Amino acid sequence: MTLTKADLAELLFEQVGLNKREAKDMVEAFFEEIRVALESGEPVKLSGFGNFELRKKSERPGRNPKTGEEIPITARRVVTFHASQKLKSKVEETYGGASA
Amino acid sequence: MTKSELIINLAARFPQLVVKDAELSVKAILDSMTDNLATGERIEIRGFGSFSLNYRPPRVGRNPKTGSKVQVPAKHVPHFKAGKELRERVDLA
Repeated sequence: MTLTKADLAELLFEQVGLNKREAKDMVEAFFEEIRVALESGEPVKLSGFGNFELRKKSERPGRNPKTGEEIPITARRVVTFHASQKLKSKVEETYGGASA
Repeated sequence: MTKSELIINLAARFPQLVVKDAELSVKAILDSMTDNLATGERIEIRGFGSFSLNYRPPRVGRNPKTGSKVQVPAKHVPHFKAGKELRERVDLA
């Protein structure tokens, strides 16, 4: 089962005791705060979970896979996520070499 | 932005709540995301992105100090893919 914003809101309602409206808004605000920081060029470091960082990519040649036509991939800024050691070991512990 | 700054920013958005509520919310969200990934479940946050696990097959590595071969077992590593809104907002137009 995939975890969604609705699941997280339900959790805040049950565990933190926010009302339904606040729980939904809190989940939305949580991700919006992270987007705002990244948008302004600031990395986000959530200790125990991981870091969201920004990388600048310069223009590089690309190709339309359908037509084979060459088109440049424009310079851009992208988000990368680096899981913390804690998250990585939790994943390895409970979900080691087992196939997905 | 660090976790504690995130908590302060969230508390400021909800003047009717106490800072502790924001703190508990951040903790609950991150714990739940961690637990889900740890059991191999995907996380899909519309407008933000998705988290899933990538499989790394077993390989023969080397101890960089001694140069001896070591078997590195297969494992899964967390992977994040930015969603459309995040991608567009972060990209320098």
